[in-house]
Amino acid sequence: MKRFLPFLFWILTLPVFAQEHPTEVSTTADTQVEATEEGKFNAGEMILHHVGDSHEWHFTSIGENHVTLPLPIIAYRPDKGLSVFSSSRFGHEFKESYDGLKLEHEHLVTEDGSTVYDLSITKNVASMLISVLLLILVFTSVAAGYKKNHGRAPKGLQSFFEPIILFVRDEIAKKAIGPKYKKFLPYLLTIFFFIWFNNLLGLLPGAANLTGNLAVTFLFAFITLLITTFSSNKYYWSHIFWTPGVPLWLRPIMIPVELIGVISKPFSLMVRLFANITAGHIIILSFISLIFIFNTVAVSPLSLAFGLFINCLELLVALLQAYIFTLLTAMYIGGAVEEHDDHDYGIGGDDADAPAHAHAH
Amino acid sequence: MLTNPSFGLLFWQLAIFVILLLILRAFAWKPILAALSEREESIEGALRQADQAKLEMQALKADNDKLLAEARMERDRILKEAGAMSNQLIETAKQKATDEGARLIMQAREAIQNEKQAALAEVKNTAAQLSIDIAERILRRELTDATAQKQLVTDYLQEVKLN
Repeated sequence: MKRFLPFLFWILTLPVFAQEHPTEVSTTADTQVEATEEGKFNAGEMILHHVGDSHEWHFTSIGENHVTLPLPIIAYRPDKGLSVFSSSRFGHEFKESYDGLKLEHEHLVTEDGSTVYDLSITKNVASMLISVLLLILVFTSVAAGYKKNHGRAPKGLQSFFEPIILFVRDEIAKKAIGPKYKKFLPYLLTIFFFIWFNNLLGLLPGAANLTGNLAVTFLFAFITLLITTFSSNKYYWSHIFWTPGVPLWLRPIMIPVELIGVISKPFSLMVRLFANITAGHIIILSFISLIFIFNTVAVSPLSLAFGLFINCLELLVALLQAYIFTLLTAMYIGGAVEEHDDHDYGIGGDDADAPAHAHAH
Repeated sequence: MLTNPSFGLLFWQLAIFVILLLILRAFAWKPILAALSEREESIEGALRQADQAKLEMQALKADNDKLLAEARMERDRILKEAGAMSNQLIETAKQKATDEGARLIMQAREAIQNEKQAALAEVKNTAAQLSIDIAERILRRELTDATAQKQLVTDYLQEVKLN
């Protein structure tokens, strides 16, 4: 990790040097705050801007001089085809239109109102690419460690990640899924480390709020739903459509309830991660905003202390949410692939090796 | 804005995540998990082998103990036999010695008896000789005195004592 962090910082700070114009350095009279057009500080807007997605990577504003990295806009219109250009074409604060397209509150629309699909590399997509590169670099080097130190004790990065990988395998996959855990292990490991890494990357100053984006958590929840549905066995479906252990006349009523359960499980996954990560970002930003709302430096020690405390808490939350997401995913998969010798009412296991039951309803 | 997932992000995330999953599965998770399970198996195998070696050692030790016990018994038996044999030898030797002694004594007795017989025969001879001598002397002197003759015969007879 030590070797990769400076590399990451280097990547993140690279565009800053490219964008800064030494001649436009602001005067000391300018207040260094996030300013709206009216020059009045609006905490809600600033916070929403920070936790949301954007078509440019905004690092900081010094007075009226914004340090940003323009990101590529990729738009597909059924009538005009694909168009790719830099978001800087939209001009300062995205006020101008280009090629019949304009941005309305970070939302790409056409001027004539026809449909357009926005496939732009936004801040979140760019951040995801960085995290994916980081993940591939880290884990291929860990894998190389096993080749290099074959038959010997793990070293360095390898020894840091080995217990975590073993934890995911033994405590999450084996316990929640049972004997068929091997097939699902790559997915569980990937979402665990993807969420954890992106939670941590999101805590860096100026970074994107990727795991606090509903689209991202929705997709993970959706993939989990797909895996659960397509790897499920007949016991899973018989439990839904002919719930054992309830009176016969109640069984038809149970069908919609059970079906809602199928959807609500991944839905809870989606909302939990989104809400936890976004809430953490909002709290930190709120504490910092206090300084500008009260417009006095006197609040800053309090803001910094609370901000630091929440930041430390977020480090823990970053790991915890990755763990919870992976564990619940494994439990839902486990519930779908579990074998029953007879109908299991959730009272007593089949045997001692039976996985933990995930009856969330 | 927060609760409105954008199409572009969904699209890119699906593409990127699937690629990430495939790359990590092929180049990271498979070799890592394989190496981990291989190591676990080798550790388990080593432990099993150690257990087996321990059992073998125990069996070997038991064998050794048995052999030792057998050897000890054999030794005791040999010692006992040797003791018995030596006792018997001593007994035989003693018996032989006793017999020999008895035989020697017997021989000695016989010899003594013979000697005695011989001596008696000699005494008899000597007595006969003496008698003849005495008779001769008496004959030489009897002419002179009859009483003296008598006296002489008595003296001689007193001198010669028979067994």
